[in-house]
Amino acid sequence: MQRFYPVFRAFGLIAFCFGLLMLVPIAVSFHLDDGAAMAFDEAALVTVGTGLLMWFATRRERRGLRVRDGFLLVAMIWTMLPLYACLPFMYHLDMSFTDAYFEAVSGLTATGATVIEGLDALPPSINLWRGFLVWIGGMGLVVLAVAVLPLLGIGGRQMFRAETPGPMKDNQLTPRIAETAKGLWVVYGGFTVACCLAYYWAGMEWLDAVMHGFTTMGLGGFSSHDASFGYFDSPALEAVAIVFMLIAGINFATHFLALHGRSLRAYRHDAELGWYLGVLGVSVLGIALYLAETGTYRSFVEALRYAAFNVVSAATTTGYATTDYNLWPFFAPLWMLFLCSFTTSAGSTGGGIKMMRALVLYKQVYRELVRAMHPAAVYPVRVGGQAVPSPILFAVLAFAFVYMVSIVSMTLVLAFSGLEIVTAFSAVVASINNLGPGLNQVGPATTFAVLTDFQTWVCAFAMLLGRLEIFTLLVVLTPAFWRK
Amino acid sequence: MRIIILGAGQVGASVAEALASEANDITIVDQNRDVLAELADRLDVSIVAGNAAYPSVLRQAGVEDADMLVAVTQSDQTNLVACKIARTLFNVPTRIARLRSADFLEDERLLSDENFAVSHAICPEQDITETIAKLVEFPEALQVLDFAEGRVTLVGVRAVEGGLLVGKPIRDMRGHLPRGIDARIAAIFRNHKAVDPEGGTVVESGDEVFVLAASEHIRPVMRELRRMLKPVRRVMIAGAGNIGARVAARLEQAYEVKLLERDRARAELVAQRLPKTLVLHGDATDEKLFEQENIDEMDLFLALTNDDEDNIMAASLAKRLGCKRVVALINRRAYADMVQGGPIDIGLSPAQVSIGSLLAYVRRGDVERVHSLRRGAAEALEIVAHGDHSTSKVVGRRIDELPEIPGAHIAAIVRRSEKPEIVVRNDILVETVRDKVVIPHHDTVIRSDDHVIVFCTRKRNVRDVEKLFQVAVGFL
Repeated sequence: MQRFYPVFRAFGLIAFCFGLLMLVPIAVSFHLDDGAAMAFDEAALVTVGTGLLMWFATRRERRGLRVRDGFLLVAMIWTMLPLYACLPFMYHLDMSFTDAYFEAVSGLTATGATVIEGLDALPPSINLWRGFLVWIGGMGLVVLAVAVLPLLGIGGRQMFRAETPGPMKDNQLTPRIAETAKGLWVVYGGFTVACCLAYYWAGMEWLDAVMHGFTTMGLGGFSSHDASFGYFDSPALEAVAIVFMLIAGINFATHFLALHGRSLRAYRHDAELGWYLGVLGVSVLGIALYLAETGTYRSFVEALRYAAFNVVSAATTTGYATTDYNLWPFFAPLWMLFLCSFTTSAGSTGGGIKMMRALVLYKQVYRELVRAMHPAAVYPVRVGGQAVPSPILFAVLAFAFVYMVSIVSMTLVLAFSGLEIVTAFSAVVASINNLGPGLNQVGPATTFAVLTDFQTWVCAFAMLLGRLEIFTLLVVLTPAFWRK
Repeated sequence: MRIIILGAGQVGASVAEALASEANDITIVDQNRDVLAELADRLDVSIVAGNAAYPSVLRQAGVEDADMLVAVTQSDQTNLVACKIARTLFNVPTRIARLRSADFLEDERLLSDENFAVSHAICPEQDITETIAKLVEFPEALQVLDFAEGRVTLVGVRAVEGGLLVGKPIRDMRGHLPRGIDARIAAIFRNHKAVDPEGGTVVESGDEVFVLAASEHIRPVMRELRRMLKPVRRVMIAGAGNIGARVAARLEQAYEVKLLERDRARAELVAQRLPKTLVLHGDATDEKLFEQENIDEMDLFLALTNDDEDNIMAASLAKRLGCKRVVALINRRAYADMVQGGPIDIGLSPAQVSIGSLLAYVRRGDVERVHSLRRGAAEALEIVAHGDHSTSKVVGRRIDELPEIPGAHIAAIVRRSEKPEIVVRNDILVETVRDKVVIPHHDTVIRSDDHVIVFCTRKRNVRDVEKLFQVAVGFL
C-alpha cells in the first residue's frame, strides 16, 4: 500500500482544491437564496475534509511521482472526483447514487447526457455547478492541476500526456509544462468570458449566459432547460453558439500559438482545421438539403437553420438541440452520430477519435493502395506536410481498433440488458464520444433516466473511457500494471 | 591572375583545370594530400595541404597577393569562414563561396562585406538542377542555356532528318521562320569538329547545332533542326542524393516524378520532404523494378546517382526497356565522350555545367555570364560593352569593322529599348520586357551598355575576345 502514498498525497491535495471550487456555487446559492446552500456546504466539507485527511496521513512520504503513478493518479482523479461532485445532487435532489454519479461523470467528461428531468425548476446554483463541472472537465482536470499545483511539476508531463486528447501529445508550446497548462487555461478562460458576454449580449439572462458559456466552451451541452437550446428559439443565440462551438472544437494549442504570435498563421498551419471546417460545412449543407428535400421543413432556409445548429452541436460533441432531431428522417441523425466520432480536433475540448486520427487512418488506407500498385514505394503517411512517425501510426491503428471493440462490446452488453438496439448503440456512441444525447429512448427530447442502474453504469464507464482516450484507463485495468 | 582554390573535390578540380589552361597562377588547398598530389601531376598548379579555414594555411597558400579566392570545399561553414578571413586579414578583392544550403542566401546582410564577406555565392547543385529542368522543358535539346536574365536562349540540338533546315544551306532558315522571328546558328559541330557556319553551309543530319534566339522564339527555331517531341509529363529519376532530390523537388509540381533510391533510410528521408514525388526503394539497375514501374511509359529517365558506372548502366537499361529519352550524369570525361550519342541521349557533366557561373567572375571586362560548351572546348560569353568610340574598340563600330578573331563571332545583342515590349511565352504566359533581342548582321552597330553574346569555338581565343571588349585606361 505504501507504494501508492505519493499518489494518495497528490490526490488528497487535488481533492482539497476541488472542495474549494465548491465555494463558487455556495456563493451563488447564498446570494440568490435558492435553498441549495446547505447541500453544497456539506459536500464541500466532506471533500475538503477527506482531501486534507489523505494529505495529512501521507505527510511523511517524500518520494515524487513516477511514470506509473501518473496513470494511476489520472485514473483516480477522473473516477473519484465525480464521487465528490455528485454529493450536492444526492443531498439536495435526493437522487440515487447511481444517477448522481452519472450526472457528475457526464459533466466532468463534458458529455452532457443528463438523468435529471425538470431542469428549469432546479436551483440556479445546482445548474451552475453542472455547467462548472463541464467547464473544468472540458479543458482537463489534470491540465488544471498541473497549471496551479507546483507539486505536480515533475510527474506532470506524463499525466498531461495521459489526459490530453489526440495522437501526438508532445507538441510543447512552452519549455515548462506548467506554463503550457497555464497558457491553455488562459486561452480557454478568455474564450469562455467572450462566449458568456456574447450570449448575454444576444439576449440571455446572466445566469443562463454563464451556464451556457461554460458548457459551450467545454463542448459539454448541459443546459438549464429541458428543451435545451430550443427554449430560447433565437437565431442570434444559435449563431453565437455555433461560432463558439466551432472555436472550442479547434486545437487549443493552435489558438494559443495564434494569440501568442498575434497572427493567423497558426491556423493556416493547422492540418486538421481545413478538414474540420470542410466536413462540417459539407455536412450542414447536405443535411439541410436532405431535410428540405424530404419535406421535414417547409423551406430550405428553415432547414438550414436547424441543420446548422444541430449538426454543429452534434459533430463537435456538444449535444445541445434546438429540436428533436430524432424525428428527422433516419439518415440525418445517424450521420450526425457518425460525425461526432471523429470531427473535433486533437487538443480541443471535444470527444471522439479526433480529426487527426481520422486523417492518419485515411492516409494509411491510401498508402496501402499505393503500395499495392507500387510494391517498392516508400510512402510516408503525411498529415499537414509532416510525416507521421511509425510508432504514432501504430498507436493510432491500435487505438482505432480498441475504440471499435469498445463500442461493439458495450452495445452488446446494453442490448443484452434489454435495450432496443438503436437506443443501445446510440447511447454507447454518444457516451464514448462525449456527445450526450443519443437516439430513440435516449434521444434529444428525453433523458438517460430511462436506463436501468446497470445500463447507467455502463454509459458512465463509456464516458470515462472516451474522455481518457481508452488507453489511460485500460493501463490501470491491466494486471501487469499492479505487479511490483 | 592569382587565384586560390579551396577544396580539391570535383568542383575544385574542374575549376582548377579550366583556369590553369588560361595562364592563371593557381594554388589549391585541401586536407587530402593524395588528391592534391594527383592534381599537381596533371595540372600546372601549386598545392597546399591543410584546413582551408585557418589563416595560417591561407597565408601559406599566398593569399596576401591573391586576386581571387574560390572557396569550393564540401562544407558551407569552411567556405564562409575562409571568405571572411580573406576579407578581414588579407583583403582579397574577389571572394567566391560555394554554398549548398539556401539558408545563407535568405538575408543578403549575411553575405555582405561586414559579415561573411562573400562577393559571389555559387551553388553547383542548383546550377545542375536548373540545367536539367531546362532539358525537361525542351526534350529535343542537348543543352539549353540562358543569357541576359533569360531573355536569350542558346540551344544545342542534334539535327535529325525531318527538320526543315536539314540538308539545306543556313541562309534558307529565314524563309522558313514565321515573320518577326529571327535566330542565329552560332556553331555547328560535325564529328566533334567545329564547322564555321556561313550562309552557304549545309546542315547535315547528325550535326550538333548551336542556335540562339530570343527565349520566346526558341521552339519554332528548333523545329528547323528536328521534328518536335511530345512534351514531357512523366519523369523517373534514379538516385535521391543531393542532386536527385533537388531535381525531384524542382520538377514535382509540374511533372509526375518517380524517384528511385537504393538506401532505405535516405529514401524515407527524401519521401518526407517530397510530398508529390513517388519515392521507390530499389536498385537503379534492377530491370524487374523498371518493368514494374512501367519504364516504357516514361518520357524521360534521369540517372543522377553519384556513380558514373551506375548512371551509365541504369540509363542504358532504361533506354533498352523502352524509355523514350535518357539522361545520365557523368563526371569522367572519357566516359562522357564514349556514351554520348550511343544508348544515352545526353551525358551531363556536373563540373562543366557549374563552371560557367564561376568563369564569369574570372573573365576580364564586364562579363555577365559564361557558358562552357562541349566539355570546355567552346565558350559562350555575355559581355557588356562600355565606353564610347574613342575608349572602346567595339562601341560605335559596325560588326564588319571589328577585327576578325578566328572561331569567335557575335551571335546576339540584348539592348535596352525605350518602350517596353510584350512577349508571349509558352502560348499563355504574357510578360512585359524592357530588353530587346537583336540578331546582328554585318552592318549592326554596337552601342554602349549592349549585352553582347559572343560565341567562341576555340577556347584559346577567348583572351582576345576579352581584350577586345576592355575599355581603354582612362575611361574610369
